[in-house]
Amino acid sequence: MKADVAIVGGGLMGTSTALHLAMSGQKVIVVEKNSPGRHASGVNAGGLRRLNRDLAEIPLSVVAAQMWQDIYSLVGSDCDVKLSGQVRVAENAADLQKLEERAALVSSLGFDREELIDRDRLYQLVPALAPHCVGGLYTAGDGFARPYHALTAFRLKAESLGVKYRTGCQVTGLERLGNCWRVVTNQAKFDAPILVNCAGAWAGQICAYLDEPVPLKIGAPMMMVTERLPHFLDPVVGAVSRKLSFKQMQNGTVLIGGGYLADHDMEKETTEIDFTKLSESSQTVLALFPRMAEVRIVRTWAGLEAFMPDRIPVIGSSAKHPNVYHAFGFSAHGFQLSPVVGRIMSELILNNKSSLRIEPFSIQRFQS
Amino acid sequence: MFKRTSELNNNTVTVNIEGEDFQVPVGETVAATVLVHNLGYTRTSPISGAPRAPLCMMGVCFECLMEIDGLPNIQACQVQVAEGMKIRRQQGVGGEDG
Amino acid sequence: MGDSYQLVIIGAGPGGLCAATTAANLGLDVTVLDEQPSPGGQIYRGISNTPDDRLALLGADYQHGADLVEAFSASKANYWPQTNVWSLNSRRQIGILRHGQASIIQAERVIVASGAMERPVPFLGWTLPGVMYAGAAQILLKTAGVVPANGTVIAGTGPLPLLVAWQYLRAGVSVKAVLEFSPRSNLWRAAPHLPKALVAGDYISRGLKYTLDLNKGGVPIYYGISGLQAQGHDRIEAVEYGWDTLGSSRRETIVTNSLLVHFGVIPRINLTKSAGCHHIWDRGQQCWRPQVDKWGNTNVPGIAVVGDSAGIGGARSAEHSGRLAALEVARSLHTIDTQQRDLQGQEDLKWIGKDLRVRPFLEALYRLPDSLLVPPDDKTLVCRCEEISAGQIRQAVREGHADPDRVKFYLRCGMGPCQGRQCAPAVAQIVAAENLRPVSDYTTFRVRPPIRPLSIAQLANLGRAEE
Ligand SMILES: Cc1cc2nc3c(=O)[nH]c(=O)nc-3n(C[C@H](O)[C@H](O)[C@H](O)COP(=O)(O)OP(=O)(O)OC[C@H]3O[C@@H](n4cnc5c(N)ncnc54)[C@H](O)[C@@H]3O)c2cc1C
Ligand SMILES: Cc1cc2nc3c(=O)[nH]c(=O)nc-3n(C[C@H](O)[C@H](O)[C@H](O)COP(=O)(O)OP(=O)(O)OC[C@H]3O[C@@H](n4cnc5c(N)ncnc54)[C@H](O)[C@@H]3O)c2cc1C
Ligand code: FES
Repeated sequence: MKADVAIVGGGLMGTSTALHLAMSGQKVIVVEKNSPGRHASGVNAGGLRRLNRDLAEIPLSVVAAQMWQDIYSLVGSDCDVKLSGQVRVAENAADLQKLEERAALVSSLGFDREELIDRDRLYQLVPALAPHCVGGLYTAGDGFARPYHALTAFRLKAESLGVKYRTGCQVTGLERLGNCWRVVTNQAKFDAPILVNCAGAWAGQICAYLDEPVPLKIGAPMMMVTERLPHFLDPVVGAVSRKLSFKQMQNGTVLIGGGYLADHDMEKETTEIDFTKLSESSQTVLALFPRMAEVRIVRTWAGLEAFMPDRIPVIGSSAKHPNVYHAFGFSAHGFQLSPVVGRIMSELILNNKSSLRIEPFSIQRFQS
Repeated sequence: MFKRTSELNNNTVTVNIEGEDFQVPVGETVAATVLVHNLGYTRTSPISGAPRAPLCMMGVCFECLMEIDGLPNIQACQVQVAEGMKIRRQQGVGGEDG
Repeated sequence: MGDSYQLVIIGAGPGGLCAATTAANLGLDVTVLDEQPSPGGQIYRGISNTPDDRLALLGADYQHGADLVEAFSASKANYWPQTNVWSLNSRRQIGILRHGQASIIQAERVIVASGAMERPVPFLGWTLPGVMYAGAAQILLKTAGVVPANGTVIAGTGPLPLLVAWQYLRAGVSVKAVLEFSPRSNLWRAAPHLPKALVAGDYISRGLKYTLDLNKGGVPIYYGISGLQAQGHDRIEAVEYGWDTLGSSRRETIVTNSLLVHFGVIPRINLTKSAGCHHIWDRGQQCWRPQVDKWGNTNVPGIAVVGDSAGIGGARSAEHSGRLAALEVARSLHTIDTQQRDLQGQEDLKWIGKDLRVRPFLEALYRLPDSLLVPPDDKTLVCRCEEISAGQIRQAVREGHADPDRVKFYLRCGMGPCQGRQCAPAVAQIVAAENLRPVSDYTTFRVRPPIRPLSIAQLANLGRAEE
């Protein structure tokens, strides 16, 4: 089978890239070893956050935020987006000082989205918070969406524009064939002049096939979700010196994350929850939201994600081969970026340049 | 609607169901108690508000969720009655319109 | 990490009790965990504190449980009642909740004996108050002497509806009708297995006795029933069903405020699934079960499964499989050698072999038609917790969410408090039917621990298990 572009990975990065390419008339095939959204893109926390991004990521996340705000016009679904803000809470003077420094830094770079808020404003925004907090950093217009729904909307739109998915189809090798890349899989072979690596936690393996090694580490962040509660919380809450991401979904359940990692087995592609760490996570919840004590956790899970040593992704063309592009290593915050990453990839592939600055994400940073 | 096959003996405790006190046998589950006292339903669904009642009596269906001593979401079929216990139906909770 | 235990047995039903007694008598250090306040499991619920009059009512089978409990109590096995197991992983770490304290204990060997649950079969109106599982009603009878006040209708398949009707008859409870849903054609399918069945067990003679007694007691039993529906607004007011008699089919209605349903039992697989044990679709039993060898071993080292949680075999079979697994654990820990294991397990293996011969007959006799496994009416609520209908599930599959987990992600069915226990089998069946594939191509939802909800305070205080 022949296509203009072959994409490895049917997560959000692969799907968003496919969608943007198809919008420009390209014939795209997405090769996915499981099913779209089976991994990080389907099971993540859905956080849409510009707040506290790595400086290099800020321009991308600002554009992504605009795209999420108007996601309906891109994919024909609102993806259950709720833009009720995100806030990082300071629990003491030292925390507050860190937030002040951060606010000063980002505004000196021309970004005005991270607003320092005082204690009163904080409790206005988050009345349920434990009383000891002193202030926060707030980004209005941040929020969250439902990841599997978003992924499904992206996929349906891409398919409607002619993108073909091959599911249950694992890439096992890559060969150069004249001007083409031959994608060897457990099902069939696909030839395309252009190859895109959106293989998430497995991207290192694709890089290995290309003889372009990267220091990617795999981690499996854990999530907990509670029973439904009456509405009590609007913004997504994080904390300066604790590992926490805390949000109440539209249906009343509370989704709790914080970057605690599960054990994982890459051979079986399974994760095993570490309740000792989730115990610590629960202590954090109690410290900030004492009213949660008797609320029950009904489910926990973890998803496999690619982490880079500097916690920012690889986005750009291969440094080793022509017509090969990478987008991986999102280090547990790629969901928000996915619309803009797809756009950047299609710009790179079709125009050879990106409208946003992506030099910091070059794969070359690991090759010198 | 349920009833007991035998008369109460004096090995009982007093529980309060939706504001009313009842004598009930020691060792019985809350679900058994509320079935005998014809509560009709024990919770409403947080989605549609439909009434629900115990289904499995062995802890696997979660239809018997009630508010017991002020705590919501307790499985009534897994808890035994105790002196002074306050038992209330659980009205569907949750979400922005719930 | 908490304390370490040599052999932990999850479940104090006949399977767990016999495993524990055997292992403890061989000198192993045994700890039995069960969420119930007293030993006995589902069949012998509350056996140690059932008043004599109720015992008589429940029949001689029930009293056999007392012997099992006595032997167990006489052994050195530790017994932790009212202990909830909320997680089990492949490294044999067991999350427990005991006296309100959550902790994780490490076991060298685990025997899962968590039994069965009644098979959830969604039908129109099954969420109405007044509809209950027949086994659940039996639990009310066994543990509390509580019965339907104004009579009841009992509907379903298998031996339990008859047994419950028979027990009610003896207790003076009015049974308006027993509706038998096994298709008549099952008789023909079962007949070839009958000769083998006759040599083993007294299943059939007992079934006959119940039927005769019910006839004598004036309880009508209707065969060849289909199309069950519970009607009512805030609670059930009537049962409607289809009745095929010699070529003509008609709808009937019985006014009742109680409907008890039972379509057989299926293994409780949440623990074994979350531990990573391999599960297979059992065609005869029409359910998923962990794959085990004759000693109960799973593919996960150190985790064995016995009794109904390994595949439905009934209470006596659970006793034998429990003993066999205990012998195997003793062998693997070098308390006995292979020869001793084989010798001591001889009788149990023989019994199970004999019993297995009656299974094809019973399985064929009580085989559920597809119309019960795959809810035919789009309006039927399949996921009770999140209120997701069969039609919504079919629609999701057509939109490309082609396996149960994707249906779950998309619709939230299976994400409510029961964690999919009540909808998982039907969702897998619908997905398979919609994809025109055999159901054995699918597994039920991935299990996300805790398998029992745990409060944030309990998890925050996760500590060492106290002695
Ligand atoms: C628990 C968790 C919570 C998170 N929370 C947030 C959050 O709140 N906000 C946020 O912005 N981000 C969050 N993230 C991060 C975000 O989910 C990821 O960065 C993003 O989904 C990555 O998308 P992806 O398409 O690169 O990866 P994936 O979704 O993992 O997709 C990669 C796909 O490639 C396929 N694949 C791999 N190798 C092959 C091969 N050889 N052949 C064929 N197919 C292959 C895989 O099967 C997979 O489906 C979270 C992540 C996790 C795990
Ligand atoms: C409701 C019901 C009623 C039944 N009635 C009869 C009957 O009258 N006659 C008959 O022949 N058969 C009956 N059966 C079938 C019965 O399951 C078996 O015959 C027999 O009880 C199987 O024994 P077992 O040891 O495998 O499991 P069980 O007897 O079911 O014992 C399992 C034990 O494990 C415990 N357990 C399970 N999960 C956990 C957990 N996560 N944490 C802690 N403890 C746990 C349970 O509390 C239970 O005590 C019934 C089944 C059900 C579901
Ligand atoms: S009645 Fe099913 S969990 Fe209590």
